[in-house]
Amino acid sequence: MTNELRITNGKVYDPANNIDGEVRDICIKDGRIVESVSDDAQKINAHGNVVMAGGVDIHCHIAGPKVNLARKLQPEDHRLDPHPATEHTRSGVGGVVPSTFATGYRYATLGYTTAFDAAVPPLAARHVLEELHDTPVIDKGYYAVLGNNIFLQQLIKEGRREELKQAIAWWLNACKGYTAKIVNPGGDEPWKGKKNSNVRDIDEKSDVFDISPRDIIDAFIDVATALGLPHPPHVHCNNLGHSGNFETTIETMKTAGDRRLHIAHIQFHSYAGKLGENPLSAGREIVEYVNDHPNISCDVGQVMFGKSTIMTADAPSAYMTRGYTHAKWINADTENESGCGVAPYNYQEHIYTNALQWAIGLEIFLLSKDPWRIVFSTDSPNGASFMSYPKLIKLLMDKNFRDEEISRVNQKAMNKSILRELKREYTLSEIAIITRAGPAKCLGLKNKGHLGVGADADITIYDEQEDKELMFNAPRYVIKSGQPVIADHEFTTDYYGKTIHIQPEFDKSIEASIRPFFDDYYSIRFDNYAVSDHYLHEHEFIDLKKK
Amino acid sequence: MSLKLNLHTQSNVPLEMSCINPDAIQHLSQSGVERLEIIHGNDTAHLGDFFSVKGKGQETIHIEGDCAAIKYIGAGMSNGKVVVDGNVGMHLGCGMTGGQIIVNGNAGDWVGPEMSGGRIVINGNAGHMVGAAYRGHSAGVQGGEIFIHGNAKNEVGSAMRRGLIAIGGNAGDFTGVNLLAGSVIVLGEMGIRAGAGMKRGTIVSFSDTEVLPTFEFACTYHPVFLRFYLMHLRKNGFQIDDRFVNGRYDRWSGDSIELNRGELLIFKR
Repeated sequence: MTNELRITNGKVYDPANNIDGEVRDICIKDGRIVESVSDDAQKINAHGNVVMAGGVDIHCHIAGPKVNLARKLQPEDHRLDPHPATEHTRSGVGGVVPSTFATGYRYATLGYTTAFDAAVPPLAARHVLEELHDTPVIDKGYYAVLGNNIFLQQLIKEGRREELKQAIAWWLNACKGYTAKIVNPGGDEPWKGKKNSNVRDIDEKSDVFDISPRDIIDAFIDVATALGLPHPPHVHCNNLGHSGNFETTIETMKTAGDRRLHIAHIQFHSYAGKLGENPLSAGREIVEYVNDHPNISCDVGQVMFGKSTIMTADAPSAYMTRGYTHAKWINADTENESGCGVAPYNYQEHIYTNALQWAIGLEIFLLSKDPWRIVFSTDSPNGASFMSYPKLIKLLMDKNFRDEEISRVNQKAMNKSILRELKREYTLSEIAIITRAGPAKCLGLKNKGHLGVGADADITIYDEQEDKELMFNAPRYVIKSGQPVIADHEFTTDYYGKTIHIQPEFDKSIEASIRPFFDDYYSIRFDNYAVSDHYLHEHEFIDLKKK
Repeated sequence: MSLKLNLHTQSNVPLEMSCINPDAIQHLSQSGVERLEIIHGNDTAHLGDFFSVKGKGQETIHIEGDCAAIKYIGAGMSNGKVVVDGNVGMHLGCGMTGGQIIVNGNAGDWVGPEMSGGRIVINGNAGHMVGAAYRGHSAGVQGGEIFIHGNAKNEVGSAMRRGLIAIGGNAGDFTGVNLLAGSVIVLGEMGIRAGAGMKRGTIVSFSDTEVLPTFEFACTYHPVFLRFYLMHLRKNGFQIDDRFVNGRYDRWSGDSIELNRGELLIFKR
């Protein structure tokens, strides 16, 4: 049986290689894209179809304790959306937070082949890696929540920067993460220690460690730069969801100077107005700053109307959401590493704040001058489930559809937004950038997001249709590592992707500093903490020495 | 002429038969009904493996036999009538939006969960969770009527949002727990913690009951609306003495751990 494949006559959109709708063949051998294959190669006729690299989700929540809490919290959501087994695939349940198998299959049915979970405390790494292993089809990885780690904050406070670098490298090795995630820096300890306490300003020093969020962000950027991490610190800024928070967001970006920084779900951090009052849009101010600073990348975190689930390491923001819903919610504590909040939420068109959030996300997309750095996400499932991606693509590509949707939502909110004035329609090439090439580039994944020779053969083939929601909702073929997993809209095989992680070098002597902290404050012994390689199953590490 | 289903083979594991539903059956031939797929334990089987089928599918389905191990009869039905001469299993009429189910026997747990219309009449006893919300859901019954002429067990009308549930006999603990709105009328005795966590709605009891400390006594009065409700129940076969129709009731407001807009009406002897 041949392991060669040729996709013929497809209209190829591969912006990383400057190919914009050119009809050409794509050749695949041994899971990689190659120059040519033999005449015996299996063929897929993609005439009339659009060919893109597989989608890359830079920011979602698909595995780990918080995801499982959300699953357990919403049995009704699962009961109403069964995901039956097929001849080739396993069963599960869907809803806003699908079960592991359904998550992988549903990503595949949208043409996505890679996804990164955006917030995992290292203490949960084993659980996460096992769940990721059970998430079929896609390649995956996760960002380790380190920003509020007590030991690391202590090092920052004491100015022990070299030890901080070694400790972060040790932690990323120990938990098999992909980069450092910083969530509401400096906010965890005040929140855990005193009712409703949080840091409100990027320069506010916490009572606990006498360091500010800016100190933490700056230290992590320094370390990430020194270690050469493929993806810079992935920052969830302070004051998420509060009116007037855009100033904090801009100050966070200024902290980076000219060093690389990624701002997560920036829509949730783009609100003007006064604290405690209805928000106003600061989408323009935020996007102008990002446009002008090539060292900054961000994902949008678009809100879509309907059911979602807030799940975050930012426990105070989940508490705030619970104040709106008056329904079931969860707050949890992860020892020395993080907090956590989960709250089901329903974004509704007629609610001013929800409609404005929706409009701000679209403003950011439509005012973006560099789609390579302002990339696609709904912070699934916080802004919306990843299953809403096709509708979001249609909103970006179809001005008439966008106008129809604008007419249906809260008009008071629309009057506070410039969305009506924005005429831009994304092209297929730009969609390929924000959903594939851009996220892959932001993540430093050289073999993902494009169709050049040597790239992973993760390919999606769509029927070209006028209705872009329909088009992106059901690819005709999804090829994962050279194998057609979906053919003619049906699963043809099951496939388990790999885990992607990094292995930064560190000085072993740092363990002598970390070990006593475990003895004193952790519920797990130091020697049992680091995750062994067999939890990785099929995996790939990104070599930090290769630039 | 109605469609008659006679149980000829008892299953030793539960059957799930949401296909016993006028919407699904009324346009099928006799053989079509026999071939309807059902869930037998963790496998599939056909309706004809357990039932003999007579007549042609029309609006009424008449079932004979002890169906206590058969779940989901009438689930999701929107019109027509299902009459069961015998016991029925769990999840009877779950999610139904219209039509009528009459059971001349006892029912299992979960009678009419999350129904939004229609009527279920049990001329016997019912299990736990009559007219309740499934676990996790914030709202249970959204409309319709459930009449139990015998006793019911715990959590009658849990998280009910609209509609009427009447229990001719006694109800178990947590009657009307988390009630959002709607009415639960118990002609017999209620167990402990009736109305715990209720936001709005009415729970009526003809017998003294232990009121939770989070309820506050409001007044003793004759609620006009209740007379109409009780007359309606009389017309539907409930034996209700005139003293209950014309009598006075203690009104307790609660539950104060929630909105405190619900009411517990206890007959004043």
